[in-house]
Amino acid sequence: MRRCLFFSAIFLILLTLPFLVSHYVVGIFILIFYYAYLGQCWNVLTGYTGYISLGHGIFLGIGAYTTAYLFLSFGITPWLGMLIGGLIAAAVGLFMGFLGFRFGLRGIYFVLLTIAFAELGRIITLHIKALGSFTGLFIPFKPSFLNFQFRGNIPYYYIAFALMIFSLALVRIIERSRLGRYFIAIREDEDAAEALGVHSFRYKMISLAISGFLTALGGAFYTNYIYYIHPNTVFGIIPSIEIILRPIVGGMGTLFGPVVGSFVLTPLAEFSRTYFAKGGYEGLHLIIYGFLMILVVLFLPQGIISYIEKPLKSLLNGDHRVRRSEAEDASFGDKRPS
Amino acid sequence: MSLHLAIKFGISGLLTGGVYSLIAIGLSLIFGVMGVINFAHGQMMVWGMYIAYWLFVLLGIEPYFSLLVSAGALFAMGFVVQKLVVNRILDYPEAMQVLPLIGLGLILENSALLFWGPDHRSPQMSLSLSTIWLGDVMLDVPRIIAFVIALLIAFLLFLFLKKTDTGKAIRAAADNRLGARLVGIKVDHINNISFAIGAASVGAAGALMLPLIPLCPHLGHDFTLTAFVIVILGGLGSITGAMVGGLILGVAESLGTLFIPPSMKQVVSFTIMVVIMLLKPQGLFGGKR
Repeated sequence: MRRCLFFSAIFLILLTLPFLVSHYVVGIFILIFYYAYLGQCWNVLTGYTGYISLGHGIFLGIGAYTTAYLFLSFGITPWLGMLIGGLIAAAVGLFMGFLGFRFGLRGIYFVLLTIAFAELGRIITLHIKALGSFTGLFIPFKPSFLNFQFRGNIPYYYIAFALMIFSLALVRIIERSRLGRYFIAIREDEDAAEALGVHSFRYKMISLAISGFLTALGGAFYTNYIYYIHPNTVFGIIPSIEIILRPIVGGMGTLFGPVVGSFVLTPLAEFSRTYFAKGGYEGLHLIIYGFLMILVVLFLPQGIISYIEKPLKSLLNGDHRVRRSEAEDASFGDKRPS
Repeated sequence: MSLHLAIKFGISGLLTGGVYSLIAIGLSLIFGVMGVINFAHGQMMVWGMYIAYWLFVLLGIEPYFSLLVSAGALFAMGFVVQKLVVNRILDYPEAMQVLPLIGLGLILENSALLFWGPDHRSPQMSLSLSTIWLGDVMLDVPRIIAFVIALLIAFLLFLFLKKTDTGKAIRAAADNRLGARLVGIKVDHINNISFAIGAASVGAAGALMLPLIPLCPHLGHDFTLTAFVIVILGGLGSITGAMVGGLILGVAESLGTLFIPPSMKQVVSFTIMVVIMLLKPQGLFGGKR
């Protein structure tokens, strides 16, 4: 009951928020939702099956470029274009999986393969004239629902919010289903899972395809929110790192990890990016990312969520013995709008 | 004409490949001993290049001498990184081991950017423009020197691993960490030394690279990726594999630029990587999986 109340309260607050805060803050929330969504997409693969991908940029880029290209060249609405981009991304994911999983390549090999794909996507796109090569693609501003273009950023807020909720619901369903159990079995001990009859190749492929498809939708959103895409900003290793950072900090392999990670990290990243760029310290925010990646793995390997999960649960279940920990919950609550 | 060009590119690629080999040997050594892939490898090389660059610009020391300083500095960096970070994550799942080293790569790359700016620098050294003719093929001298020194360092490293006690301990730890501990080898210390040597060889390679390519902070991850492809080609953890793989990749990349623009040369190495993963994922020289 309390649980239900808690989540609906947050839901309602987030739903009314854009009318209460400034344009700038709404923009930050859009990014929070956007990165929570992408983190969740990555989580489907890496969090649940344990196969680390450092190349989700390939899916993001495919989604962004397919949508933009179909819209610019054929006038196809981005709503359809993003689905096509998703399917292409899923196909590329399956090809990648076929290469990586066929020999049961584990750990490092798979990581390298994903990086290679993301970089390959970036380099090839840089050399395709039809995709704008080194100048990137500009989307002309013709606001209409069909064009996925809106005045002001409040519609984008709701779209990003919907994406995040959608990904949460989907991952929740996967987590509870047989499919999710198989994923987790593969993550925990692939040999044992296989011995028990889990067809690990098939489930890894499914996980990669779902993850790729969803990430591409995020790429399509990016295209239509920023109106400009360049291979270096959507493909390659830097966007891929941006994607994985939130779920790692929040706690990978958990439902709310990416969301918590994004609520903590995205505002921090945005403020530091604007602040340092103004001060002429380009790249300083990436140095901070670097230290974060080291420190989180060394000292917080389970992510932030592991520290707030228990107190939060006891609060929601009305367990009065653990009152003391409510102080910690309050700090969690602060990350959300109040 | 075309054949002549192919020969010229082939030889030039082979010479660059010697330096690639040295880079990849460092990566392979680190992987062989710790089972950890150094995702900051290329960025470490860039630091080696910057050290050699500043020693040349400020003090006029040619990179062929300052490579000792580059190697020494990177040795220290590798030692510290291993001691503070990598030794603590050796028992983590592979997936988690990757992240701190990528973080280190980001730190190295962007601190270089912060200190020295994004400009491309190519210092004019005394030998920069000198060439020699081999028959009717023109070769640039810095590339030949880089090749010779890289092979020499690789050979010394090989001797070190085969003949000295420390070298034998490193190989023992690579072979079986627990077994090495049981016979009294201080494995943690050996780990530190191994990472340091791996970093030192890439630092030396950086100094050798300085006359060959323009220097900028963002070179790093291209070289990290090139080194990965080489060790996958040669077999992870195999020193001989890294050596041969480097030469092959150097030639392949160089010949590739006959057909595709140089900015796409990575397509060649990634294609090689995909083909190897399809046909012989353990690499040409076996190695660990």
